[in-house]
Amino acid sequence: MAVFTMPSLGADMEAGTLSEWLVAPGDEVRRGDSIAVVETQKGAIEIECFEEGRVQELLAVPGAELPVGAPLALILAPGESEHPTTQAQEGGESRLPTAAARQTATSAPPPKPDSPTRREAFLRVSPAARMRAKEQGIDLSTIEGSGPDGAIVLADIGKRARPEPSTRSEKHSTQLDEMRKVIAAAMTRSKQTIPHFYLSQTIDVQPAIDWLEARNRDATPGERLLLGALVVRAAALAAVKVPSLNGHFVDGAFRPSAEVNAGIVIALRGGGLVAPALNDAVGLSLDETMTGMRDLVSRARAGRLKSSEMAGGTITISSLGETGAETMTGVIFPPQVALVGVGAPQLRPWIVAGKIVPRMLINVTISADHRVSDGRQAAKYIAEFETRIERPETL
Amino acid sequence: MTEEEIRRAYIEELTEVAPDISPDEIGNEAHIQDDLDLDSMDILNFVTALHERLGIDIPEPDYPRIATLGKAIRYLGQRLA
Repeated sequence: MAVFTMPSLGADMEAGTLSEWLVAPGDEVRRGDSIAVVETQKGAIEIECFEEGRVQELLAVPGAELPVGAPLALILAPGESEHPTTQAQEGGESRLPTAAARQTATSAPPPKPDSPTRREAFLRVSPAARMRAKEQGIDLSTIEGSGPDGAIVLADIGKRARPEPSTRSEKHSTQLDEMRKVIAAAMTRSKQTIPHFYLSQTIDVQPAIDWLEARNRDATPGERLLLGALVVRAAALAAVKVPSLNGHFVDGAFRPSAEVNAGIVIALRGGGLVAPALNDAVGLSLDETMTGMRDLVSRARAGRLKSSEMAGGTITISSLGETGAETMTGVIFPPQVALVGVGAPQLRPWIVAGKIVPRMLINVTISADHRVSDGRQAAKYIAEFETRIERPETL
Repeated sequence: MTEEEIRRAYIEELTEVAPDISPDEIGNEAHIQDDLDLDSMDILNFVTALHERLGIDIPEPDYPRIATLGKAIRYLGQRLA
């Protein structure tokens, strides 16, 4: 039997608030299944199970703020018989936050799939809607969602909400302040503890842009690719060749990672940003990379990122998108040791085969941790990246 | 399909791709990049959603023609006619 605990979703997280259970006692769970939603300073995160088995008991109730490491659920291994845990320990001190959680003990039959409790456990709510509902004191389970898969979106709350403009904007800014605080703490720690150094290079992406245009011309919108997917694919493949840029620096030592989990920086409209990881990015094809990125962006907007995505990144890619500034020199996300900053493509004069021609160029800047790597490795990384992106058909 | 139906489809699909945008922010002149802050990935997701809902495949060179609700009503109206 395993005790499932509140995970750490980043070095600066101390506690999280359990907002919903996605499983009920009696449910079978597999490794990687999302089993609960936890509200953190970075928004709502789905936390995943690392065990296989059956949920025996839920030990925490929604609404409870719990420190990292606090027990959340008991999970029986496959084939393991039920332990009469709750009853046996009834006489001793209670491990449970409230008596309500105890009512879900093993003897209770699992709820029917369409019973109200069960439905409530599967509420899908956008972060903006969740925030608004909390401000207005609205019970989310009473709202009919009109978003994807019946998700509750801001508009649904709007229909119900009483207008209280001043309080609302005050509280909205408080919530933003929370994310600002987390970013401030992580970035300050990064700049205070990581001796950054930077290497930059201008790279011709005209071949990549021409290749994309031809490929997208005959593709339906669902199959189209963006330059960003080529950038992430090239960045992941280059990371394999330079292990000293891919991993975590923890307890005074660098731990290179065998997998490349590419953290993708996504700017949120209300302000702030998140950098969920595209896990095992090297193992994905270019199309799968694109699908994965679309999915991460959609879920970041809808507030459905997963714990493994929040904590798993081994190198970060921050791209300014398709229009805008040409260079970005980024700050490394601890405990990672490198960040690839990619500026927006710019039309500039360039020399190709001895002639000056107009080409679309990008500036790539790698920020690296000098405790772990030197200029030579960073230069090798940029060269690998350039080789890949110049030949998009190999990505 | 009436103008009102196109308007509804546009607003519903846009707020599905970007649930943090409220429908009242989407006026006829609101630009999806400059005013509503959609990035290139959001725009592609939006174009994909319109394709699935209306059966209209909007090619990349035509993206500017759906950049505001007002423009999209004209463009999608022509394509659906």
